[in-house]
Amino acid sequence: MRILIVGGGTGGTIIANNLARRLAPEITAGTSRITMLSASDQHMYQPGLLYVAFGQMMPDELYRKQKSLLESSIIFHVDPVEKFDLENNQVRTKSGKVHKYDTLVIATGSRIMPRKIPGLDEGSETFYTEAGAVSMFRKLREFEGGKVAIVVGVPHKCPIAPVEVTFALDDYFKKRGIRDKVEIKYHYPINRIHSIENVATWAKPEFDRMGIEYETLFNVEEVDAENKIVKSMEGSEYKYDLLISIPEHHGMDVIEQNELGKDGWIPTDRYQLTMEGHDNVYVVGDTTNLPVSKTGSAAHFEAEVIAENIASIVKIGVPVNEYDGKVYCFIEAGHDKATYANFNYLNPPDLKPANKSMHWFKMSYNKMYWTSVRGLL
Amino acid sequence: MSEHKVIDACNTYCPGPLMELITYMKQAEVGDTLELLSTDQGTANDVPEWVNKIGHEMVDSEKVGDVWHITVRKAK
Repeated sequence: MRILIVGGGTGGTIIANNLARRLAPEITAGTSRITMLSASDQHMYQPGLLYVAFGQMMPDELYRKQKSLLESSIIFHVDPVEKFDLENNQVRTKSGKVHKYDTLVIATGSRIMPRKIPGLDEGSETFYTEAGAVSMFRKLREFEGGKVAIVVGVPHKCPIAPVEVTFALDDYFKKRGIRDKVEIKYHYPINRIHSIENVATWAKPEFDRMGIEYETLFNVEEVDAENKIVKSMEGSEYKYDLLISIPEHHGMDVIEQNELGKDGWIPTDRYQLTMEGHDNVYVVGDTTNLPVSKTGSAAHFEAEVIAENIASIVKIGVPVNEYDGKVYCFIEAGHDKATYANFNYLNPPDLKPANKSMHWFKMSYNKMYWTSVRGLL
Repeated sequence: MSEHKVIDACNTYCPGPLMELITYMKQAEVGDTLELLSTDQGTANDVPEWVNKIGHEMVDSEKVGDVWHITVRKAK
């Protein structure tokens, strides 16, 4: 079987490595082949960007060479796909090369779209890119007091990030001894302070204790960057001194250009993780249109199911597993404490009080990720 | 011509039904209707509150078995 994986992020890399081990006999025999096409020779640990924004990690700690993360039997090319021809089971890359496949995995990820909101790009700081995270830290370092607003676009990657960045801001300004000069106001799109009810129930008294203000049902419509005012679709506005945004995300441009899914999100079967109407095309991670968190964790658990099923199809002709919606998210709660949310399609998260052990586990995971993405953890 | 789209947000905790509705509302054209399917009991109150505040139009809300079917028309 010719297996083609498009995208070298968390999901694509775990699938490739997991498959390389499961199909080692077939690869050795020359009856199976795994090829990965990526837009970059680098692999970024994206959750580290939040730490960069607070000066707790350096950008170069977030990267490894993609090739170094892959099993040696995987054929790897830095040559992004430009044309998906699903009817003929082939793709064409930027260099013009055509790759034929029997099974395709689309793992192209997502991107921020700050320019969808007038003024947001000019008027706010965001930590969703390396340059943005570094810029945000510089702005925080220069900040001597005033009003800090956090605003959140829909949909966005890492749904826990809005509360994490808010806790981190409280922590950061306390450590600098200027918390009493800073007003922090959190704005959230729906009518509670987090989409997960248990997280909202847990975070609300924490916000109250820290003196963090909040406004719900606030979907950003426009930012007046000159006068530093953020306005919502619901009709309210807030004058800020420093605006931190989590911008709306879309899937990658190549998905939209090839009309595989609106806004770059590919319609995907929530259990089999196949593209609707294409049983030999799998979709993983942020690229799906599933009502599941866009996180590395979701991509990881999806990837394990996809790899298991592709391997079983090679060996016995049928898939053997289904994705149950599993997501596990660490939640950094500030003051060197953390908790976690663990849930699936049928079981909501049961949040535990934040503690220092979970924080140090998360700090360890920031290093262990490289083992995880190699498919060893 | 207006479209009708069904959004299956059953058995999902994050980002959750209202976030799903907001996502698809951004993709829709004025006049389109979106039918949100949800097993979350809070959705029947959460969606009308947002819809009324933002100025879209509630078309229908009914529970069939364990699933809420909440239909909204994009008004602006």
